[in-house]
Amino acid sequence: MGIQNLLWQVTKKAFTGGIIGVTISDRCCSVVPVRGDSMSPTFNPQRNSYLDDYVLVEKFCLQDYKFARGDVVVFSSPTHFRDRYIKRIVGLPGEWISSSRDVIRVPEGHCWVEGDNKASSLDSRTFGPIPLGLIRGRVTSVVWPPQRNCMLALFMVCAFYIIKWVSIQLHVPQDSLWKL
Amino acid sequence: MASSFWNIAYQQATKSGVLVAKVYSFLHVTTNYLAFPAYAFGPSMIPTLHPSGNVVLAERISKLTRGDVIVLQSPEDPNKLPTKRVVGLEGDSVSFVVDPGKNDESRTIVVPKGHVWVEGDYTQNSRDSRSFGPVPYALVQGRLLWRVTSKIVKFSLVYINCESSDALLSSERLSVQMLCSQVRFW
Repeated sequence: MGIQNLLWQVTKKAFTGGIIGVTISDRCCSVVPVRGDSMSPTFNPQRNSYLDDYVLVEKFCLQDYKFARGDVVVFSSPTHFRDRYIKRIVGLPGEWISSSRDVIRVPEGHCWVEGDNKASSLDSRTFGPIPLGLIRGRVTSVVWPPQRNCMLALFMVCAFYIIKWVSIQLHVPQDSLWKL
Repeated sequence: MASSFWNIAYQQATKSGVLVAKVYSFLHVTTNYLAFPAYAFGPSMIPTLHPSGNVVLAERISKLTRGDVIVLQSPEDPNKLPTKRVVGLEGDSVSFVVDPGKNDESRTIVVPKGHVWVEGDYTQNSRDSRSFGPVPYALVQGRLLWRVTSKIVKFSLVYINCESSDALLSSERLSVQMLCSQVRFW
């Protein structure tokens, strides 16, 4: 049957694409939305905005777990293992962190994470230092909305002019370009 | 003709590239979401696992229960993967001897939410939750399912046995350098 064959082909292609997408998302990088304002003004600078920031999370750092102070990381919550948080690493293993009452040493294999918006952030000041194995990726840049990402905005402007130039070369009537 | 040679070469290269990508992705998805083989060695799980090494299969699908032998990422070093047994789930009270070499003083801890308490079967020579505390659930990598037992490839189930194994062993320390069972991925 033609339809059955077609469905089977489509399913195979979708399955392969899905598996390759999952592998790229786990090994290279993925794009995740930032919810909440615990990292204001770095991410989500306006409260109650309808546009959440989308950030690029790279996964190459998980090969050897070497991080620097100041890296923004995505990690699984130590208490609710299905949740993921985005916070900044403030203390590396072996360093001393001063919390409200005393000075705490970050144990080996752990790190101290805090949100940039200290007023509303659930971080290591509540649940203590987190093991480095909980980290799921490092945030490198904001990819959406474009006004927060000058590279993406520049790219979109250049792409627009390139398409316009190509269409002129190919003698496409300029009115029909807008109808596409 | 030169152009058709490069065309054919380009087509072959893309076909091989796509095949390699498919195989790699399939292996990655199976290893990360279904089951993975591993090599467990070290003295801390005697008599369940032999100290000189066992080839095991660990699966990531089922929920943990008390008594499972699991592979976890060590909270002290994310590159190390010890194999231990789950002794307490969240909410359980576990008691342990704080320093067996010094005295018999014991402590009782309630395992906090989202954590598990793991101990090696050979408690005299095992670095486990008695040293590094309860382990967050997200650090658990998989539950041991099978073990390859003999030179002729024969599989046997790793039995869930909650009874203490101290009665089978003498209290002398083995003079080995490894302090905990380590697992190597292939």
